[in-house]
Amino acid sequence: MNKWFKSGSPWIWLSAGGVSLSLISVLGLLWLIASRGLSYFWPSELYQFDLTDEHGTKSVVIGEIYDREQIPVSQLAHLDLVLEPDQEILERLLIKTGNRELVSLDFRWLLSHNIQKTQTPKDLVVVERRTNGNFYGYIETVVVDGKEVALEKLPELLSRVDNFQEQINELQKSDIGAINYQLERLRLKTRKYQLQNKLTPELQAQIDSEIATLNQEYAELEQELLGYRKEVSRDHIVMRAMDGQLVTINFEYILKVTFNNQLTLIEKIALFFSQIASFLIEDPREANTEGGVFPAIFGTVLMVLLMTVIVSPFGVIAAIYLHEYAGKNAFTKLLRIAVINLAGVPSIVYGVFGLGFFVYMVGGSLDQLFYSENLPSPTFGTPGVLWSALTLAILTLPVVIVSTEEGLSRIPSAMRHGSLALGATKAETLWRIILPIASPAIMTGIILAIARAAGEVAPLMLVGVVKMAPNLPLDGNFPFLHLDRKFMHLGFHIYDVGFQSPNVEAARPLVYATALLLVSIIVALNMTAVSIRNKLRERYKMLEH
Amino acid sequence: MATLVSSNRSRGVKNSLAKWLITLGGISVLFTLVLIFLYLLYVVKPIFESAQIEPKVSITLDLKANDKVLSTGVDELQEVAYQITETGNIDFYHLKASAPKADNQFSVGDNALSMSLFASDDLNQERVTNVVNSFSANKILHTAKGNTVLIQPSFYAKYANDTREIIPQVNYPLGKDSLIIDEQQAPLSNLAFAMDDEKIVFVGFTQDKRLIKTSFIAEDDFSSSSDGEDVEYETIFQQIELLEGKVDEIKVTPDLSLAFIRVASTVYVYSLSDDDEVNLKATIKPTLDNNGTYLTSMALLSGSSSVLLGDSNGQISQWFEVATEAGRKFKQIRSFDARGIEGRNSQTSNAITTIYTEQYRKSFYTMTDNGMVNVFYTTSSAHLWQGKLGSAQPEAFAIAPRANGLIIVDNDSIDGKKTNLQVFSVHNEHPEVTWQALWQEVWYEGYPEPDYIWQSTSGSDDFEGKFSLVPISFGTIKAALYAMLFAVPIALTAAIYTAYFMTPVMRKKVKPTIELMEALPTVILGFLAGLWLAPLMEEYLPAIFLLFIFLPISTLITAFAWYNLPNHWKDKLPETLAPLLLIPVMVLAIYAAFALSGVLELAFFNGDMRQYLTNDLGIDFDQRNALVVGIAMGFAVIPTIFSMAEDAIFSVPSHLTSGSLALGATQWQTLIKVVLLTASPGIFSAVMMGLGRAVGETMIVLMATGNTPILDWSIFQGMRTLAANIAVEMPESEVGSSHYRILFLAAFVLFIFTFIFNTAAEFVRQRLREKYSSM
Repeated sequence: MNKWFKSGSPWIWLSAGGVSLSLISVLGLLWLIASRGLSYFWPSELYQFDLTDEHGTKSVVIGEIYDREQIPVSQLAHLDLVLEPDQEILERLLIKTGNRELVSLDFRWLLSHNIQKTQTPKDLVVVERRTNGNFYGYIETVVVDGKEVALEKLPELLSRVDNFQEQINELQKSDIGAINYQLERLRLKTRKYQLQNKLTPELQAQIDSEIATLNQEYAELEQELLGYRKEVSRDHIVMRAMDGQLVTINFEYILKVTFNNQLTLIEKIALFFSQIASFLIEDPREANTEGGVFPAIFGTVLMVLLMTVIVSPFGVIAAIYLHEYAGKNAFTKLLRIAVINLAGVPSIVYGVFGLGFFVYMVGGSLDQLFYSENLPSPTFGTPGVLWSALTLAILTLPVVIVSTEEGLSRIPSAMRHGSLALGATKAETLWRIILPIASPAIMTGIILAIARAAGEVAPLMLVGVVKMAPNLPLDGNFPFLHLDRKFMHLGFHIYDVGFQSPNVEAARPLVYATALLLVSIIVALNMTAVSIRNKLRERYKMLEH
Repeated sequence: MATLVSSNRSRGVKNSLAKWLITLGGISVLFTLVLIFLYLLYVVKPIFESAQIEPKVSITLDLKANDKVLSTGVDELQEVAYQITETGNIDFYHLKASAPKADNQFSVGDNALSMSLFASDDLNQERVTNVVNSFSANKILHTAKGNTVLIQPSFYAKYANDTREIIPQVNYPLGKDSLIIDEQQAPLSNLAFAMDDEKIVFVGFTQDKRLIKTSFIAEDDFSSSSDGEDVEYETIFQQIELLEGKVDEIKVTPDLSLAFIRVASTVYVYSLSDDDEVNLKATIKPTLDNNGTYLTSMALLSGSSSVLLGDSNGQISQWFEVATEAGRKFKQIRSFDARGIEGRNSQTSNAITTIYTEQYRKSFYTMTDNGMVNVFYTTSSAHLWQGKLGSAQPEAFAIAPRANGLIIVDNDSIDGKKTNLQVFSVHNEHPEVTWQALWQEVWYEGYPEPDYIWQSTSGSDDFEGKFSLVPISFGTIKAALYAMLFAVPIALTAAIYTAYFMTPVMRKKVKPTIELMEALPTVILGFLAGLWLAPLMEEYLPAIFLLFIFLPISTLITAFAWYNLPNHWKDKLPETLAPLLLIPVMVLAIYAAFALSGVLELAFFNGDMRQYLTNDLGIDFDQRNALVVGIAMGFAVIPTIFSMAEDAIFSVPSHLTSGSLALGATQWQTLIKVVLLTASPGIFSAVMMGLGRAVGETMIVLMATGNTPILDWSIFQGMRTLAANIAVEMPESEVGSSHYRILFLAAFVLFIFTFIFNTAAEFVRQRLREKYSSM
């Protein structure tokens, strides 16, 4: 034993333990997010529990099993349960019961001790709705235009309503949205002329006639919309809930009706993927706690692209300066310290700087100069996607610099000397020889910067992200790209839905799914960057020999 | 030939152009950092500037020979000022010339409106003895014959031709006739009042030495009509028993609850809330410096909790009610010295003649006998300004409604017969912030003792922001420290093993995997910490503590088992596979800890450790506590430390280790005595970088703690950090306010803090690199 200690072997093993623990935590974390995130999409079994509680009251509960936990009996002493004498631990089930119009809470704890019978009836359905969350129960009747029809008609009716809903959406979002946007622009135009004292009666008349045409169009579209609405709300189904109550659900509110217990494995897999797809392409519903995350994906991507456009030239030029032009002097040392510090400054400090400098100072001045007709409501003097992109560009600048410089330093100096010896100027050598060879390194830097920016939330909370953006920053209205708009972001979505939403418990699976999406994007980006870098290193090694 | 030369020239131009551009681009990095630094400083700077008072406008008033100015005031924008004279006239003057385009043309000093305030016939020819101000715009005129009128000078803006003109007017909220304050209608030598929408309370001292309280209770509402003709109210007359002497000063709090009566150097506090009886609530007898010093003035501070007492020696003391064991008592909280350096040595009298308080903030101005004006802020104990404004004793003095100006009416210093109205602009935006108030204990109104408090907003209007950076700086340090306690051992042991013992093949896989953790967005770590780890830990609290024992012990047991394995087994499972062998062992240990958790709780903690902590040990337990933050932020910091420490250890020149091993040292001895010693500066810089990251981390702390700014080291309680505080409060703070600037200061502190850490770490690393290359 003593000899064993003297050999140092236990300490080596302990330090190996550090590696193991780190690996366990990384992989465990990824596994946790993946499993929880993916299970959100998997159609789960629907259960019917027949219960008898400690007072002998019987009841029926229908829902999905959400969680299980073991609790010591001592915590349930107040319930006066009839138990086996040696029983110390009881199992408790968390059931998602939905049916928000009947019970106030979506979730309910059941003691498995009280469950008399558990069934999975084939005709149990879950109805996904636009409002009020899921409804669990049995379909009693399907009513079309006041007449009862067979259950088999349901898919056909649903797809009919889906079509109408799509048209309504189209009308509301693009056509009516465009008219509102144009009306607003006309109002601003009038105000601008007024401010410049150029509003002549002719101009006023012209603008008035334009407004009249738009209002006319608006009225027509509204009529059309009303027509669709009427069609959509024609039919309804009657559902029987767990306590036997009958509830009428209009097709207007129905998104999907699934007989989860009738699904075969293949159908389940198909449903699983279609759920993932709709998560990616749909808009959020019910204060972000249901539906998809499309606007958040869109906002993240757009902001990151803008940032890339800004950060890449600056980062690359700075790296070239540091490696190719800067002499070995105190100033260069100072520059390097600046780069290290830019990388080390907490991200929230960038947010504070971005809010004060970009939003209030630069944006405020822009408003005064170019958007005075809109004041006092700010155009650029308020957080928005442009300022977010700029702030994150400063934040990710060192990432691009460090990576590019690493690439430059691996290029053998013989290549530079060769080019210069052949009579090329330094700039030509850079442009024709160095940059093409270093391009994968630059790419790596940019990808790493994107990965960093996609996951950063704290500064964005100050400079432009919102929980719910009414319009995307890119749409069909001139000038198409609206840099002044606020946007949604995946990372902030996680924070907001997970911590600020009114029903955190119900939203949690969605947060896991969003987290999985974000982690996958970032891990994929990082792995790509690392593999490009590794390939690059191999290639340089070959160049050296 | 010619084309070649010209193309060569253009190549040269391009070359030098590129050089300039690239140099510019390189320098822009430094520029960015300096810009951030300077901008933060630029926003923060105003909070540490002391007050400035500068003359703005001076106008000569035309007064009748036997008239005297008693009171003055100004509108919010400081465009029209007024004076009220002894003969009962009010005169409004323009302080700003009209715009060129305006219909109504006037210049500075022009009369805007002049009228007699005695509209009612029975008041004519009277002389005003007292003009009593309140915390609102209402004033009372009291005449020598005992008549009283409530007036309200007010202003409204008129827009025409894109120009704005401020129009003055006078309202009579209770009508133009004289009000009956004293049942016996005796003239009053002292009077104070306060009013709200339903009630007005007057407290006065008659010339025949009776102290009276009179309440007007509105039938409906006092603010219902501006001319006050239809307002109906019920009057209640009460007499207050006075213990001694002659009343010098009376003040009534704006919430109508207390009256402060100063009789020589004693202040009697009466409770006014009861309409049947007026009770003596407390007596304030300040201990005055030396014999012969006596109280000379009294004022109420905005917010109606504090009273300020000024004495004949230039001292002002602040008093408010404090909850003590023997009930609520008035206590002297702090004192201010209005003498200044100059005054302390001078022979002139330093007696405080008047104290003027601001309407919304806890600032006050004092006037001393020798004409010195002092500006103080109570809560921060700040002495903001000292100097002379005009002549020794002004006839009237007023603070502008937004506290950004002063109006002083006094006699011209050269021509003593002329009376001037002078307006001073006051730059005093952030009096509540001083370096001491940010970092030292401050005694706030209503608190039993001085304390460090961060509380920036509240629902109530007369709320005072409490900005102590101590609790949130403490929270930052606490969070960082717990994170480092968790991260440093794991990160360093992992780095040592990976760099020194691991096979190259395995290292190539393990290093990027651990570094992948650094790329994980902190919002995800924070979300898992808050919504998964925190509830899990609350439920399996003993398991977490068991893990601290189980993990090392299971590792050592595995190591010992491996040591005792027969040799052919050892060959098949070489020691280099240790990290992989340990993974299943550790997973089992973790499982065991969680499985045993319930048993342990039943055996030792009455079935629930959390309850046990709170009920039996009296330790407060937050679900989102320092332990959760420590673990979650630890994970965020591990890859930073790991990666840099690993680099430092890995790049120790191999001839050093080979030499040591050749001399017979074991692997472990070589590691401790040679490798770690050589790499120690690098390891140090890795830890510094990790600490820098932990200090500035926002999302994890935001999501994994309750964000309560408390001063408590307990591992079971949360904290609020500088970074999280900025994220929480910045979106709601008003641009340019003290709160906004203090949040910038918090960001600046973070910036400087991480700057020092990063620069130090970078220096150490550069030195180390040079050292390695010279070996």
